[in-house]
Amino acid sequence: MAIYTPERVWWKPLGREERLWVTIAAVWCFFMFFMLIGWYFLGAQNLPTRAVRLTTAQYKTLADAFVEANQVGEQNGIPIVHPQPGSDVYLVGRQWQWTPILELEAGQTYKLHVSSIDVQHGLSIQPINLNLQIFPGYDYIMQITPTQAGEYSVWCNEFCQFGHHLMTGKIIVR
Amino acid sequence: MAAITAPNMFSGTQSMFRVCPVTTFKVDLAAERLIIWNAVTAIVALTLGGTYALLIGLTRWPDIHLLSANWFYRLLTAHGMNMLVFWMVFFEVGGLYFGACVLLNARLVGARLAWVAYVLMLVGAVMVNAVILWGRADVMFSAYPPMKAHWSFYLGYILFAVGAILACCLFLATLVMAKVEQRYEGSIPLAVFGLLTACIIALFTLFSGAVALIPTFLWSLGIGEVDPGAYRVTFWGFGHSAQQVNLSAMIAIWYSLATLTVGAKPVNEKLSRFAFFLYILFINLGSMHHLLVDPGLGSAAKFFNTSYAMYLAVLGSLIHAFSIPAAVEVALRQKGYNKGLFGWLLNAPWKEPGFAALMFSLFIFGFIGGPTGVVLGAGQLNMLAHNTWRITGHFHATVVGGTTLAFMGFTYYVIPLVFRRPLFGKFLVRWQPWVYGIGLIIMTIAMTWAGYLGAPRRHWDVTFSGVTIPVDVQPLMNLMLVFAGIGALIAVTGGIMYVVVCVGSLFMPKREARALNPLEA
Repeated sequence: MAIYTPERVWWKPLGREERLWVTIAAVWCFFMFFMLIGWYFLGAQNLPTRAVRLTTAQYKTLADAFVEANQVGEQNGIPIVHPQPGSDVYLVGRQWQWTPILELEAGQTYKLHVSSIDVQHGLSIQPINLNLQIFPGYDYIMQITPTQAGEYSVWCNEFCQFGHHLMTGKIIVR
Repeated sequence: MAAITAPNMFSGTQSMFRVCPVTTFKVDLAAERLIIWNAVTAIVALTLGGTYALLIGLTRWPDIHLLSANWFYRLLTAHGMNMLVFWMVFFEVGGLYFGACVLLNARLVGARLAWVAYVLMLVGAVMVNAVILWGRADVMFSAYPPMKAHWSFYLGYILFAVGAILACCLFLATLVMAKVEQRYEGSIPLAVFGLLTACIIALFTLFSGAVALIPTFLWSLGIGEVDPGAYRVTFWGFGHSAQQVNLSAMIAIWYSLATLTVGAKPVNEKLSRFAFFLYILFINLGSMHHLLVDPGLGSAAKFFNTSYAMYLAVLGSLIHAFSIPAAVEVALRQKGYNKGLFGWLLNAPWKEPGFAALMFSLFIFGFIGGPTGVVLGAGQLNMLAHNTWRITGHFHATVVGGTTLAFMGFTYYVIPLVFRRPLFGKFLVRWQPWVYGIGLIIMTIAMTWAGYLGAPRRHWDVTFSGVTIPVDVQPLMNLMLVFAGIGALIAVTGGIMYVVVCVGSLFMPKREARALNPLEA
């Protein structure tokens, strides 16, 4: 009885059902673990792991230069940029806007940098539901290859104080 | 009330005990008072958190959208703190004293220090609640830097943690003295072993919390810096490990409820204790699953840790998931309910609140909460779910549908046996686990579905009115938010039923319990 002291000697061999269950469960656990590793090689996308320490001021400078070099338009005051395939792309999360609007080409690979210039933000790209945590002071670097043309909504899913629900952006893939 | 005194081996003082007429346990009166105060305070925290839950649910329901943005974020912070930290830990501290003293017929070591612990926790909880309502701590339970709260938020958090650490140490000291003074024979009961697991994990957890929160507290006073990535690592070393404390305590209570309701015996004590031991070894690694999409951490570290070391801690859960229903089935078959494959289940004492709570808790944790957690912890899948409502759905299934519901079921035994008052509102008691459980099933499934559609968490307005760059939201997401709101309303009703029973029972005339079944006590 779980609330009463057990028998004096409770170190007893497992019954048949227990052994069967533990075997099935253990095999499944190891299978899941090796799938985590296996999918790293077999799957289409992996967690980005590269990050560089940059102050928010340094990142802002790089991002501003990127926008100036690549701007092709604007929407409601937010610049639209069309970077060269293969180049460094800078996305800024700030209270309360994702900027600039990126215009990318399907099938091309880009080196995407994401960082915040104030508090932590959550990059959430919809409807593909790709979500990453964005820190100030960390330049999060990843290789991305958009595969499907369309307009992707971007919003923030890490609470970043009162305008959190106003924080949106856009990625256009042609 | 038959009181007995017993000499304490080293202190030379006497402890006063009473003998429970139903279970024949010897109950240390000093421990009993502490169990009662911690439990009552827990329920006050639950009531506050539950009130906020109602307001939050009615805000995320798009057509109702009750609170303003500021108050939504504010009360969401308060909801998280009251539920995840204060309700849980006050109840668990009461549970620790119960396990070490009542179940072992032992005296509580350092009862005066236990009161110090209680006061520290209470002061911390009041400080945190006050500063949040004051509007100086709109940072969520996780309080990620560089978002900064008023220093009293962090100080309250720290004081609470110190009190909890002290309570854990007193639990361990009580266990040691119970053995030395030979208050019980042989090994400690499985439920106490589970609580010991919870306590050991809690000490690591609270230590990690100190490492996270003390520098942050100093930073809030203008001293030093806090790196956002380092904070998240140490904070979740506290935050998720705290959930594993809840998990161990919940499973200890599952075993207890199985014994109390159908007289179940663990099918193999060695297996169950081994499963708890796996938790102690590996479960804290799992906190990495909060950090899977953080910059700055490598893949190998992420995969090894998020898997709880090759899912060995998950193996522990799978073992309990087998052992408890197996024990219930064996016990019911031995009572004669042998018809067919599931005759035992149909003839189980569903009317007893402890049994209904156990079954709903097992189901919600076992089929919704646990599996979604393992899935969300897979690296590549986490990218599809991080900070969406899938996360919220997962942890409401585990912590609310699992742990809280189990704690509620257990309360129905504590009130007649420890508080020594008959239950108020027996009709409410009978149906409370059902209402709560069904509400939570609807809510957590709706939350998870909304998360699949991209619904962000901690977010005031998924219609995105007033944004500079318009976005497209899948229409089904709004429907899921409505269902989540409906589920929340039903669950809150279940919560109100529980609080009404608890508060009402406190005013019932004190008398000894007459039976184990709380509806007959």
